[in-house]
Amino acid sequence: MSLLFETTPDGVSRYFDWILNGLCWTLSLALGAWTIALIVGTLVGVARTLPGGIWPRFGRIYVETFRNIPLLVQMFFWYFVLPELLPQRIGLAIKQMDPPWGSFVPALICLGLFTAARIAEQVRAGVQALPAGQRAAASALGFGRIGMYRLVLLPQAFRIILPTLTNEFMTIFKNTSVALTIGLVELTATAREINENTFRTFEAFGVVTIVYLVIALLAWQLMHRIERAVQLPSFVSGSGRK
Amino acid sequence: MMVDLSAIVSAAPFLLTGLLFTLQITLVGVAGGIVFGSLLAVARLSQNRLLSTLATAYVNLMRSIPLILVIFWVFFLVPWAIGWLTNGGRPVAVGASLTIYVTFVLFEAAYYAEIVRAGFRSISTGQYAACDALGLSKLQAYIYVLFPQALLSVLPILLTQTIVLFQDTSLVYVISATDLLGAATKIAQRDGRLVEMYLIVGVIYFLFCYAASQFVKRLQGRLAYGVR
Repeated sequence: MSLLFETTPDGVSRYFDWILNGLCWTLSLALGAWTIALIVGTLVGVARTLPGGIWPRFGRIYVETFRNIPLLVQMFFWYFVLPELLPQRIGLAIKQMDPPWGSFVPALICLGLFTAARIAEQVRAGVQALPAGQRAAASALGFGRIGMYRLVLLPQAFRIILPTLTNEFMTIFKNTSVALTIGLVELTATAREINENTFRTFEAFGVVTIVYLVIALLAWQLMHRIERAVQLPSFVSGSGRK
Repeated sequence: MMVDLSAIVSAAPFLLTGLLFTLQITLVGVAGGIVFGSLLAVARLSQNRLLSTLATAYVNLMRSIPLILVIFWVFFLVPWAIGWLTNGGRPVAVGASLTIYVTFVLFEAAYYAEIVRAGFRSISTGQYAACDALGLSKLQAYIYVLFPQALLSVLPILLTQTIVLFQDTSLVYVISATDLLGAATKIAQRDGRLVEMYLIVGVIYFLFCYAASQFVKRLQGRLAYGVR
C-alpha cells in the first residue's frame, strides 16, 4: 500500500489525498441524495396511501417512472437532456456551472429522486401494514389528515420499514459510483484515475474496495443503532421480530 | 429544442443490435447467477465451517461494493488471470463481452444467493427430516426436494432481481460496450442527437421493465392464492 503515499503527477499531493477527495464526494453525494430521498419518498409514499383522488395516481406514476428506468439513463437525462429541453437561457446557465458542481448537482437530484421512488414503496408498504384500527382511532381522537400521518401512522410505519431502509441506505453509497459517468470524480473514478496514472491496478482498486467495505459496515452500524434506539417495547412482538 | 423522430427511425437497426446484447447479458447473468448463487446459498447453509465462512464473505463483499467497481476489477483482472493460467503469466487480450459475462455472473450470484437462501429457510424442517427418513442422499435431497420448493417460494423475488439485473446491464457503458445504452450513446455523439437517443432509450427500458414488473405482480398474486 505504499502507493498511497507516493506523490501524484501534479507534484503537490499524494494519492492518499486523491482518495480522500473522492471519498468526500461520494459521502456528500450519498448523504445529500439520502436527505432528498427521505423527504420526497415519504411524501410520495403517503400520497399513495391516501384514499382516492388524484394523489395516489400521481404517486404511482412517479414510482413506476423512476423504478423502471436504469439509474444511468436517468443520470444522462438530468445531465444531457434536461438542459436542452429547458428554455435556452436556463439550459445554458446549467451547462456553464463550474466543475465539479456541473456534475454534482444533476447527480444529486438524480440519485435523490431515484432513491425516493424506492423509499416511497417502502413507506407505502409500512403504512398499509398497520391495522386499519390505527387510522380509525386517530380519526376518533380528532386528528386531521396531517396529524394522523405525522403523529400516528408514520412513526409506526417507519419502525416497521427500518430494516429495509437500512438496505436502501447502504445501496445509495454504491449508487453514487454511477455519477462517474457524468464526470464526477468520486471514489470509483479516483481508483480508475490512479490506475491510469500508475498501472498499479491491485493497489488502486484494492484500497477503494476496502473503503467501500468500511462505508458499508459503518452505514449498517449507524442504522442498527437507530433501529435499537427507536424500538418500542410494545412493538417488538407486534412486528413479529425476534 | 425540437425532438426529431426521423433520427430515431434511422438509428433503429443499430439500437436493436444493442438491445440484443443487453438481453444476452441479462440471460447469461440470470442463468449463471442463479446456478452460482444457488451453490453459494447451499455453501452458506452447509455444516462445513470453512465453506460457509467463505461463501458468506464472498456474498458480503460483492454486496458491499458498486457494480461499476466490479466491472473495472474484472476488466483488468480477467486478461491477467487467463494469462496466468494458460500463457505462463503474460496477460491475454480478452473481448469486452467475455469480461461483461464474467462480471454479471460473479456479481449477481451474490444477490441471487441471498434470495435462494431465504427460499431454503422458508422450507419447514420437516422436509429435511423427511428426506433423511426416505434415505435420500444430501445431493438427492437438494435436487429433488429442497431446491424446487425453495425456488418456487422466492420466484417473484428472483424475477424482480432479474429486472434489476436488466437495468444494471446499462452500466457496461463504463467500458464502452455496445449494449442498448452504448449503441444510443454512439449514435448520439456521432449525430449530435443526445435528446432523441436518451429519451427513446429511456422509453424502451421503461416498457420492458414495466411489463415485466406487472407480470411479476400478477404471478405473486397467483402464487399467494395457490398456497392458501
